[in-house]
Amino acid sequence: MSAPARRRRVLLRVPGWSTWLDRPAFLATLLLVPTLVLVFGVLLYPILDTLRLSLTDRVLSQPGSGAFVGLGNYLRALQDPEFRASLGRTFYFALVTVPVETTLGLLIALLLNQRFFGRGFVRGIIILPWALPYIVNGVMWKWILNANYGALNALLSQLGIIGRYHIWLGYPSTAFNFVILANIWKETPVAVILILAALQTIPGELYEAARVDGANAWRQFWAVTFPSLRPVIAVTMVVKTVWALKEFDLIYVMTGGGPANATNVATFQTYLTTFKFLKFGYGASMAFIIVLLSLVIAFFYVRLISPKEVAE
Amino acid sequence: MRAAQVSVRRGTAAAGRARRRRVWLLGRILLYLAVLAVVVWVLAPFAWLVISSVSTRAALTSRPLQWLPDHLDLSNYLDIFVGGGSSTSVHRSVRAGALNSVVVAGLATLVALFAGSLSAYAVSRLRFRLKGPFLVTMLATQLLPTVVIIIPMYMVFRSIGLLDTVFALMLADIAIILPLITWILKGYFDGIPSSLEDAARVDGCTRAGALFRVVMPLSSSGLAASGLFAFIIAWNEFFTAFILSSTLRSKTLSVIVAEFSSKVGVDYVAMATAGVLASLPPVLLALFFQRYIIQGLTAGAVKG
Repeated sequence: MSAPARRRRVLLRVPGWSTWLDRPAFLATLLLVPTLVLVFGVLLYPILDTLRLSLTDRVLSQPGSGAFVGLGNYLRALQDPEFRASLGRTFYFALVTVPVETTLGLLIALLLNQRFFGRGFVRGIIILPWALPYIVNGVMWKWILNANYGALNALLSQLGIIGRYHIWLGYPSTAFNFVILANIWKETPVAVILILAALQTIPGELYEAARVDGANAWRQFWAVTFPSLRPVIAVTMVVKTVWALKEFDLIYVMTGGGPANATNVATFQTYLTTFKFLKFGYGASMAFIIVLLSLVIAFFYVRLISPKEVAE
Repeated sequence: MRAAQVSVRRGTAAAGRARRRRVWLLGRILLYLAVLAVVVWVLAPFAWLVISSVSTRAALTSRPLQWLPDHLDLSNYLDIFVGGGSSTSVHRSVRAGALNSVVVAGLATLVALFAGSLSAYAVSRLRFRLKGPFLVTMLATQLLPTVVIIIPMYMVFRSIGLLDTVFALMLADIAIILPLITWILKGYFDGIPSSLEDAARVDGCTRAGALFRVVMPLSSSGLAASGLFAFIIAWNEFFTAFILSSTLRSKTLSVIVAEFSSKVGVDYVAMATAGVLASLPPVLLALFFQRYIIQGLTAGAVKG
C-alpha cells in the first residue's frame, strides 16, 4: 500500500474527529481547558474560598472554629482602628508613589526621546530597576540606609551634609518615606517605558504643523505631546494604583511594618492577622476589602484599556 | 552709508547666530546633565550592591567608608558555586535556593506558555460565548493582591501534602503568569492575518494544524516576549514562595535573600552576593532581550 493511501485510511478511520476540531465552539473549549483548569483551580477557587472564609470566625489554631458569622468580620475590620490606620497608610503610599512615578516617568521619557550621544545605552539601562527582584530591591535599599555602615550615611557625612550617622529606617517619620523612595526607584522605569513607547508613535507631521503655526517647544508639548499621551498616562496611573494597593514585599524586607507600625500597610496588616495570629476568617475579610478597592480601580482600568474588546 | 548699514545688519545677524549658538550649547549642557543624573540614579544603588558583594567586611564596615575595596574578593561567589572548605550553611542555602528558583520559574514558564498559546489562539480566532467574560476575568486576576488567594491556597496545599514542594510554588506561579501570557499572545495572534490560515486550511489543514504549522511559527517573537516576561515575573515572585515553603526543599532565592534581611549580625558581603545572584538572571535577560520585554510590558501593561 502506498503512503498516501495509508494516510487516507487513517483519516477514514476517525471521520468525526477533524470535523469536530473544526467546530469553533468545541475547539475553543478544548483549547481553553488547560488555562481554565490552571487559573480557575489555583486562583479563582481560592478567591471564592477566601470569600466564604471571610464570613466565618475560623482561627487555624482552634479546631472547632469556623462558624458562620455573616458580615461580622467586615464590620469589625472597618471599625478596627489598626486596620483603618493601615488602610490610611496604603492610601498615603498610593497618593505619593503614583503621581511622583508618573511625573518622573514622563519627564525621563521626554528626555530619552531627545537626540543625544549614548541614547541607546541610557534607554537600555532604564529597565534595570524593573527587572530587579522586589526582595533584592528591599535588601539593597535597607543596606544603603543601614544605620551603622550604610552608603547614604557615609555619602552625606563625607560631603559634610550630616554630622552623625542617622537610623533612617528607625524613626516612624522617615521610615515610610524611605520605603516610598525605594518603590519610586524600582517602579518609575515602567512609566518611562510605557510613555516612551507612546511618544515614538506620535507622527512628526503634528509637530511640523505646530511649528508652522509658530508654536514653541512649550506650546508644542501641551498642544501635541500631552494630548497624545493622555491615554497611556491614564493607564499607567491606574495600573500603578492597583500595584500600590498590593505592595507587601518591600515593606516585609525593609521595615517589617515598623517602627511603631509606621509602615504597616493594609496588605501587611492582613498578613499579620492571618499568618501571625492565625485568624484566617478575619484576615480573609481584610483581604477582601482590599480586593473590593482593587476591583473598583480595575473597573476603570478595563474600560480604559480596551472598551471594544470587553463589549465583544 | 549704505555700506555701513549693511555691515551693521551683518553684525546683528552674527550676534543673533552667536546667541542662538549659546542657547543651543546651554541646552545641550543641561540635557547631558539631566541624562547623567538619570544614569547615576538608575545605576548607583545596584552598583553599590555589586561592589559590596566583591568587597571585604573590613572595608564595608570602615568609617569613613572605603568605597572601593583594595582588591576584588570573589570568595563568596566561589564558595556558593564551587563549595569547598570555607563554604558555610549560608552558601549552601543560596545554592539550593538558586536551584529551586531555576526549576520553579523555568517549568512554570514552559507550562504557562503551552497553555497560554492555546487559549490565546482561541480568544483571538474563534467565536464563542463567554469570550468577553473570559478575557475580563483573566485581566482581573492580575489586579488581585496575592494575600487574597494565599489563604485558601495554603489550606489546600496543606491538606493534600504539597506544602514546601517546588510543585506547589510552580502551580502558584503558573496561575500568576498564565493570564498575562494569554493576554500578550492574543495581541500577537491578532496581528497575524487570518488569510494565511485560510490558505493552509484550503490545502487541507485543520484549525488545530493551522495553529501549530502557521500561527505559532509566525508568532515566535510573541512567544519569546511573553515567555521572557513571564519568566522574570515568576523568578521575582516572593509572597507565594514565602508562605508555601519552609525548608531548602522548596525555598527560592528570593526567600533566602529575604531571610538575610531579618537576621541580626548578618554577613553583609554574603547578603550582597546573594542579592546580586538573585538579580542576575532577570537583569541580564531584560538587558539582552530588551525589545521583547518592552513589547511584553506595553502589550501587557498589567504587572510590574
